[in-house]
Amino acid sequence: MTDHLLKPTRRVLLAGGTAAIAAPLVLRKAQAQGAFDWKKFSGQSIDVLLVKNPRSDLMQQAEKEFTELTGIKVSSEQVPEQQQRQKAVIEFASGKPSFDVSGISLHVQKRMAAKGKWFENLDPFIKNAALTAPDFDFADFGAGPVAYARQADGALDTVPFFVDYWIVYYNKELFEAKGVAYPKSMDEMFTAAQKLHDPAKGIAGFVSRGLKNANVPVWTSLMLGQGVETVTPDGKLATDTPEAIWAAELYKKLNKETGPVGSVGFNWNECQTTFMQGRAAMWLDGVGFATPLEDPTKSRIVGKVGYGITPPGPKAHHAGMFADGMGISRGSSKKEAAWLYIQFMTNKKNQLAMLKAGAGAPGRSSAYLDKATIEASKFGKQYFDCLLGSAKIARAGLPQIVPVTEFRDVFGVALTNAIGGADVAAELKKATETFAPVLAKSEQG
Amino acid sequence: MTTTSLPASLDDVTATAARESADFTPRYWLFSLPAVLVIAAVIVFPWIYTLFMSLQDWKIGGGSEFVGLGNFMDLAKDQRFVESMGHTVYFTVLAVVLPIVFGTAAALVFHREFPARGLLRTIFIMPMMATPVAVALVWTMMFHPQLGVLNYLLSLVGIGPSAWVYDPGTVIPTLVMVEVWHWTPLVMLIVLGGLAGLPKEPYESALIDGANDWHMFRHITLPLVWPFIMVAIVIRTIDALKAFDTIFVITQGGPGTASETMNIFLYLQAFQFYKIGYASAVVVIFFIIIIMLSLLLLYARQKSKWNA
Repeated sequence: MTDHLLKPTRRVLLAGGTAAIAAPLVLRKAQAQGAFDWKKFSGQSIDVLLVKNPRSDLMQQAEKEFTELTGIKVSSEQVPEQQQRQKAVIEFASGKPSFDVSGISLHVQKRMAAKGKWFENLDPFIKNAALTAPDFDFADFGAGPVAYARQADGALDTVPFFVDYWIVYYNKELFEAKGVAYPKSMDEMFTAAQKLHDPAKGIAGFVSRGLKNANVPVWTSLMLGQGVETVTPDGKLATDTPEAIWAAELYKKLNKETGPVGSVGFNWNECQTTFMQGRAAMWLDGVGFATPLEDPTKSRIVGKVGYGITPPGPKAHHAGMFADGMGISRGSSKKEAAWLYIQFMTNKKNQLAMLKAGAGAPGRSSAYLDKATIEASKFGKQYFDCLLGSAKIARAGLPQIVPVTEFRDVFGVALTNAIGGADVAAELKKATETFAPVLAKSEQG
Repeated sequence: MTTTSLPASLDDVTATAARESADFTPRYWLFSLPAVLVIAAVIVFPWIYTLFMSLQDWKIGGGSEFVGLGNFMDLAKDQRFVESMGHTVYFTVLAVVLPIVFGTAAALVFHREFPARGLLRTIFIMPMMATPVAVALVWTMMFHPQLGVLNYLLSLVGIGPSAWVYDPGTVIPTLVMVEVWHWTPLVMLIVLGGLAGLPKEPYESALIDGANDWHMFRHITLPLVWPFIMVAIVIRTIDALKAFDTIFVITQGGPGTASETMNIFLYLQAFQFYKIGYASAVVVIFFIIIIMLSLLLLYARQKSKWNA
């Protein structure tokens, strides 16, 4: 070492010179990180509207740290999902919402938010170094969720902080007992369900939502296996096409022939209870419902749950995707403080905390690569593989239209009638005829 | 000691008489003004505004357009609305008749003296004190076809499982079962109050004439207690017509639309689809139905009075 200093070689001099040139840059970056002024809007207060769920619990727990960091006071409220959506619609329509930040379900309210100009475009905030901490790293958010959050005009209304991929939960013990392998296709999913269906023992081969409205994502997820969605890119309904009928027929067979009695009235919670009690071999639903399955106080199948990527359909392989975003009210007078809140709540640390707590799948990719979290998780490697695999093939699970709720209602009734024995093609045709004018009117207004 | 003040002069007497005979009614009207204003603000204005909205095609977040009776015409053609009216009638008839029958029977039982009557009567009225949403959530769990306690109880007596609220054919009778459990005690209390005030003489005369229990119930108790039963019918009808919480929590109008009553349909239009004009038209129709039914029931009640 001393020799190097006394008699520097050309390589040492070169390295030293490079270091001397690079040092200010490194220093500037370090200063930039350290210098980001979180206290810029200290003393302001913001109101936040959240949906009642475990993710919002985590955000409320992090509010104290946020206030200590920024000096911004937060007043947040959690409202049950349906009522939160109603509150958001009514308050945004008034033009003067009582909250500065709101969470929304992108799969339900994305287009409505764009049409009503609910939120600020976040792109300028993200690009503004004075408002965005250097370590926020927006590029870390998955391309799929970000594309989902972007509106047709390219504006980013919300940060997609939670993504729900549809997967197949399966009971490994029941599969092993009957020597059935995890299905490699959607058609195989039905044949496997038939083999596993054992009404005498009170075990259903398959369970999924049958309740109108709630049941539509099951059908649309199956339809993705045909490589198509329910509304074409040019805004036309594709709900009575051969592909739509195929998916609805499969939905009908799975629920009617291999589902539990009464599944026509099941929402996700009845499905979850049935599966959790070991009464169903497979359950197609969102990955966000996994937590209680591995809770010994609630579940009889702890350690026996398999997490499978939705099998491929005849023409394509996709996982239905649903997501929540968080944005700044356009009517807010504290937009910068609101942006600091969103930035903090969706930073790497808090997104990882969501995954650790089993509160859902975060929008950031880095969270899934945290080895310590994966090793410590009660869900095991298969769960994370399923999450990552689903993320790669994710596709919007519901049409990106304004009247999503009416769409779910009208086609939900058709699917329920189908389980009850009605002709699938006739039901879809009738529902399409009913909904077409609603869609046309929503696009005009 | 009391003192009587005498009028000082004839003028005073005249003035007093004039004051007493003066018509102060216009001034008294002023005292009712606050109440009139409150009623106008909270009852009359919302009604006029609802009527106004029912003539508009207005969706929250969009503009409104005057469509006259367009919403009413659309409702007449809306198959789901027509079905929801049918479901409302079906539900209401069952949810009125059954609690009235069971409540009256329970009142007759509890009217008699027997050991632990007070304790049993207290237990009987307990469902009435429970919150409807909490009741609905508990029943939802009990109705689960595979894991619910009801099917387990049926299996103990050798009866096969029922799909309860998970089958379009049984959903409304099952929802009525919850209503019966919840509100039969109210009917029992009303009828019991009526029974407590009945005179004893007619029964004594009837016994002397050789009447049996059925004769006394049919020809004495029922006619005398009928005004009270009519009160119970009016209350139950209004309650059953406006039933929402129990149905929404347990079935949300499903399976499909099998239990979609007018209230559920109205809720969907107003708060799920945000079609305020269309929903207001439903409210107007619902209001007309309730007014007509109330008048009919009040007329029937008037006719059933003892002195009628």
